[in-house]
Amino acid sequence: MAPVESWGRIRAEGAARPLWWRDDPLPEVEGTMLPFGRGRSYGDACLDQGGTLLLTRGLSRFISFDEATGLLACEGGVTLGEILARFAPLGFFPTVVPGTKHVTVGGAIANDIHGKNHHRAGTFGAHVTRLELLRSDGSRRVCSPAEHPELFAATVGGLGLTGLVTWAELRLKRIPSAFIRWETVPFENVDAFFELSARSDTTHEYTVAWIDCLARGDRLGRGLFYRGNHAEAPFRAGRRRRPVTVPFDLPDAVLNRLTVKAFNALYRWRNRGAGERLVHYEPFFFPLDGVERWNRIYGRSGLMQFQCVLPFDRGLGGVRGVLDAIARSGQGSFLAVLKTFGGLPSPGLLSFPRPGVTVALDFPRRGERTLALFRELEGLVLEQGGALYPAKDLVMSPRMFRAAYPRAPELERLRDPRFESTFWRRVTAAEERP
Amino acid sequence: MNVVVLGATSAIAEQVARLHAARGAALLLVGRKPGRLAAVAADLRLRGAARVEVRALELDELAAHAALAAEAEALLGPVDLVVVAQGALGDPAAYAADPAAAAAVLHTNLVAPASLLTAFAARLARRGAGSLVVLGSVAGDRGRGSNFAYGAAKGGLALFAQGLRNRWHRTGLHVLTVKPGFVDTPMTAHVPKNPLFASPERVAAAIVRAADARRDVLYVPWFWRFILLAVRAIPERVFKKLDL
Repeated sequence: MAPVESWGRIRAEGAARPLWWRDDPLPEVEGTMLPFGRGRSYGDACLDQGGTLLLTRGLSRFISFDEATGLLACEGGVTLGEILARFAPLGFFPTVVPGTKHVTVGGAIANDIHGKNHHRAGTFGAHVTRLELLRSDGSRRVCSPAEHPELFAATVGGLGLTGLVTWAELRLKRIPSAFIRWETVPFENVDAFFELSARSDTTHEYTVAWIDCLARGDRLGRGLFYRGNHAEAPFRAGRRRRPVTVPFDLPDAVLNRLTVKAFNALYRWRNRGAGERLVHYEPFFFPLDGVERWNRIYGRSGLMQFQCVLPFDRGLGGVRGVLDAIARSGQGSFLAVLKTFGGLPSPGLLSFPRPGVTVALDFPRRGERTLALFRELEGLVLEQGGALYPAKDLVMSPRMFRAAYPRAPELERLRDPRFESTFWRRVTAAEERP
Repeated sequence: MNVVVLGATSAIAEQVARLHAARGAALLLVGRKPGRLAAVAADLRLRGAARVEVRALELDELAAHAALAAEAEALLGPVDLVVVAQGALGDPAAYAADPAAAAAVLHTNLVAPASLLTAFAARLARRGAGSLVVLGSVAGDRGRGSNFAYGAAKGGLALFAQGLRNRWHRTGLHVLTVKPGFVDTPMTAHVPKNPLFASPERVAAAIVRAADARRDVLYVPWFWRFILLAVRAIPERVFKKLDL
């Protein structure tokens, strides 16, 4: 069995207790606890070092489904992949899916995840109609925008700190086929991205861009714009490709400026003439799921992901500044992702998505050099009035957190006193790092 | 396909049932706890099962077994596959003070499954079709101090299944003995996990493949066949000194 670790390869230190039945009480443990799904959070938001992780993998049952309304009730450990495998062939799709299907419903709620359709659909939490919260005092509360609305708002985007989501009810949307009409448009720089994005958001349900994180100057932010809509015709699902697995940790030397540069150039060249294609939803939404355990290409030392959102009202300077700092550092790996968030408000107290543009990319974790870059980037985000994404974070300072999440004290008030995460202890600590 | 799952709320059995549900099977789930059976049944219906029936039953009660086999046919029609998955690990530390506890482990893991297998085998053999899948354990391959009652029961069960296989072979009835190694289930919740542990999903997938292929014995994950080959080869003189 794989060790319990976050996607950035931070190993869990402490106990782990698997859960199997939604009507069971919480296990009796010493100290604090935190629900842990499939470990797709990159940093330490999914860890409770020294406490006990409640492994939700066994809570993986569907409970009910209403074909008329698309309402699906399922246990908190069900993954979006399991929902897709069963319901996409029936013509239903989760309203919001992130870049991997290996996230649990509980995790999707706890991080109030977003997808390529944020400009149309908002966050995952906006489509959660009800959920049951099991608290450490043994109480169970069904929460929704109408029942226990405060606790509902705190749980959506609440990083698993308000209790265990034993089950949730979500609204699935109808899809005409399992296929996506996927169009790729190359663009030359950041300005072109914003222009394309603004135009595409009105014509396409899904939009996202991959950019070359090493390009600088006039070509800063050049990349490939992806946009897509569900295809109308009832195409039959083709043969599914079996995912390949990265069998072991690759040596650190594999990732360097040269290989990253070569990869970016090759990727851009290979995809530039792609135009419009008809593809199954899997490669469109979950390109990296085709390589299981891809996080091993970063070696045993793992990776750190940087993801921020920068508000529109400060103009494009902020995005340019961040991209330029990344390109200058030469540490970024492979492709960076750029996506504009729409104006739909998130239902959660602590949701990350907000109107603006989000930048995400991976860095191999290489000690002080990497940390210095993250500090520089954090400074730029803070200056711009932006936010960092807790699900991806490993190093955010309490100051940054307070600025980006002013409603954190409300969550602290509604937090289950026994539920804690390493992330939470870090960002709510009183003292600042030197 | 009509499938009967005995001990249907066990983690491995539930995953086996999911795979059959996805193929559109009709299932009868038998177990002790009605609430849990209902949760499993609802899930299987949503996963594509043609039908799911549940019976809450104490499978240790031998007297109910013949009627259960008859009821399964009445509910589902001809039974194609029976999965015998009920079991209990027991606690050897308690046996000295309460010898009946050791006997109870033998009853749950050997006597009751043997009775169930007998009841279903006769019906399946009469039709000359179908499979019996018996969940044994690698613990049944060699007696060990840490789980001697459980190991003896699983060893006896494997031998019983082997005998059934031999007896009914000509009728076309297939018997598969499954010998899982460490599996991450509620039964092993108290055991610290190591890389030898397999997930119930992985074990279930191997079981379904082996049953489809009408194999006789399945070690799962596969490497346990070789581990046990080595474990069985250790002379008793040496083995008894090992603290296993």
